[in-house]
Parts: sequence; structure tokens; C-alpha cells
Amino acid sequence: MAAERKTKLSKNLLRMKFMQRGLDSETKKQLEEEEKKIISEEHWYLDLPELKEKESFIIEEQSFLLCEDLLYGRMSFRGFNPEVEKLMIQMNSKNKAEEVEDETVELDVSDEEMARRYETLVGTIGKKFVKKRDRANYEEDENGDVQPVKTKKMFLKPQD
Amino acid sequence: MTEAAAVAAESLAGSKARAARTVLGQVVLPGEELLLPEQEDVEGPGNAGERPLRLNAGVRSRVRVVCGPGLRRCGDRLLVTKCGRLRHKEPSGGSSGGGGVYWVDSQQKRYVPVKGDHVIGIVTAKSGDIFKVDVGGSEPASLSYLAFEGATKRNRPNVQVGDLIYGQFVVANKDMEPEMVCIDSCGRANGMGVIGQDGLLFKVTLGLIRKLLAPNCEILQELGKLYPLEIVFGMNGRIWVKAKTIQQTLILANVLEACEHMTADQRKQIFSRLAES
Repeated sequence: MAAERKTKLSKNLLRMKFMQRGLDSETKKQLEEEEKKIISEEHWYLDLPELKEKESFIIEEQSFLLCEDLLYGRMSFRGFNPEVEKLMIQMNSKNKAEEVEDETVELDVSDEEMARRYETLVGTIGKKFVKKRDRANYEEDENGDVQPVKTKKMFLKPQD
Repeated sequence: MTEAAAVAAESLAGSKARAARTVLGQVVLPGEELLLPEQEDVEGPGNAGERPLRLNAGVRSRVRVVCGPGLRRCGDRLLVTKCGRLRHKEPSGGSSGGGGVYWVDSQQKRYVPVKGDHVIGIVTAKSGDIFKVDVGGSEPASLSYLAFEGATKRNRPNVQVGDLIYGQFVVANKDMEPEMVCIDSCGRANGMGVIGQDGLLFKVTLGLIRKLLAPNCEILQELGKLYPLEIVFGMNGRIWVKAKTIQQTLILANVLEACEHMTADQRKQIFSRLAES
């Protein structure tokens, strides 16, 4: 009875979703194949030899931008439009980023100048790092510079 | 040197393709065919007997060459499509390829939209989601109202018919309507968008625009010293200038228009005269 029912069921019925559960793997495969065949038969294509483009070593580029390293087209001079001026520097520096970096290395204060300035500050700043109690040990010399008096505390051996 | 002379003589005698290297800086005409350096020894001048023997004769070094405006690739051949001087730039280690860039430096007034170019356009119509912008090409470009910085569906940009737009082409080919945007790939305006009020718009040749935008252009540096001014260059041959007064604006426009065919000395004279007045 069961075998009889299997043969009787039509393919369209077997393809329905609720029928899939009960199917065994073989009939499932068969159905899938048939379906694929139907799909591929329905596809149509041009009966032409496959187009093969040779790899070309010439690249087409219709923009002058690449050829001539042109600047950005918006400009402002002598502070007419500060926004555009800022933008101009930013956009044009993209091409020559290295140059800009070099400029930024230039310092406002040279090393020598800085050393000279800090020379006078050595004492004042040194004062900041000592305790109040030790501040008495600092003496102001004739220049007004504060210098620590060198009185290093050491262990004194008691004399017998 | 003698070889180069021989090449030139032969190319003049017959209508054979000339080697690109030998005609650098010379005038090329539309329809002419150029040979790239690696094609020279195969099809180029010189008889087979004269050609020096090579170990790897069969293996041609395939160097990538970029052909710029005025040149067209046709299969493996390089054809000239514009009349002008042939230029070449050595590769700068970037993506341009190992063979450098060849292009034709031509004089023309008609602008053909090119992808990536920054141009000045005039809004001619507002229709639904897009503006029609006249850029001087064969067809007006389209510009979406969403292609502005900060624009959303609810927040439309304030663009009226007749406004000047500084924008960039994202679509530009011979078969389609060109499309402009006023934002870069990050969504920022970067100076693009509606150009401010007042000012003067005028047209010059495309060659002059390139001349002015070249790095270290003397004309611009001199102009910048003259008056405080703002200036916008469109690759489509349009220039917009604005200075403090109308008189100054007009002077600048006249100088820019005239300086195309002036020598450096003549320019210096004019600038010194303007600086005095």
C-alpha cells in the first residue's frame, strides 16, 4: 500500500514544501537535479566565442589634474577671505607635504635662547622643590640668585 | 643624437608612426599614431640587420603608461585626438605607472566634462531633486540637492536659479549626462558649493586656466600682492574674481584676460604700473 502511494504522487506535489519532510534523500536529489535542468534550459545566452580582452599597458586618463599637478582652484590673497586662505594652504599642501613638515620644525625660540633664559631660573625653580625647613639653607648671593648651601647631613660617629 | 635625427627624418618622410619619445614638445596632429618606448625596437625605425642583438629579444618589458587628454588608446596603439604639443611626465613613484604620463597640451575653448574636474557652473533650473547646472559642456550637468555638505532630505541647501556653483564631476563620459557634486568622498564641502555674492565671472581659454593653476605661477603670485582678492578657477574656463571695490575687480579681470599672450617682461611692466596707481 505504501509503495503504491509513492509511485502515484506527482512530481509537482513532491516539490511542495510540506512534502519535503517525508522524502528520502535519493528522491530529493533527483528532484533538485530536474529543477536545475529546467532552470538552465530556460536561460538563454548568445552563442558567441568568449570575449577575451588582452591586458593593456596603456591606461586612459582624461584629466589634466594628474598630468600637470594643478593647484586647488579656490584662492584668496591678503586676507580677503580667511576661510578660503586656510583651505588653500590645506589643499595645496597635499602635494608637497614634505615641505610643510620642514617648515614646522622651525622653532620660535632657539635652543641657545632657551638655555640663557633658564640659566637664571635654576635657583628659583630649585627652591620650589625643597621643603620649607631647608629653605633657610638657601642663601642669596650678590646677583640675587639663590643657591643651595652645601651642608650634607651625614652620620656622625659618636666619640668615645 | 644622430639616431634621433634619423628618426625625425624618417618620420617626416613617410606617414609612419613616430616614436613618442622623439616628438616630446613638438606639435602632434589628430590621427597620428605614436609609438611607446617599448614598441620602438619592434616596429620602429632601423633595419633588422642594424638592430643590436638582445638576449631577451622576445620578452618586451611591459611598462604601464598613462595616456592623458588628447591621446586615445586603440588596442595596443596610441592615437592622437587633439592638436597640440606632446608632453610627458616621468612617473613619481605613485600609481601612475612605470612609463609616466603622456598628454597633449592643446589650446581650446570648448570644455568637455572630465571626471574629477573642479568647475564653475551656473544653476539654470531646479526640478524636483536635482538642479541643472550649465558648465559650458555640450549638455547641462545634473546636481543632486543631497550632494551638498550637511544637506538632508529635510534640510535642503539654499540654492537659487542663477547661483554660481563650484563643484566636481563624479560622472562624466561621452554617453551619459554629466553629474556634479559639491562634497568630497568624506562628505565635506572643502570649498565647494555656492560661490558667494557679487564678484565677476568671465571666460578664458582652457589653456590659460591650466597655466594659472600651475604650481609656482608668477601671474598669481603677482596678483596676490596687488590687492586683497578672492578668486575661483573652474577647469571649464571660467574664472570668478572678487576684490574690495568694483574697480579693482574689473582691473583684475582685465589683467587675467590679457596676460595669456604677454611675455614675462610685459607682465612685469603692467604689474608695476598697477602697483603704483
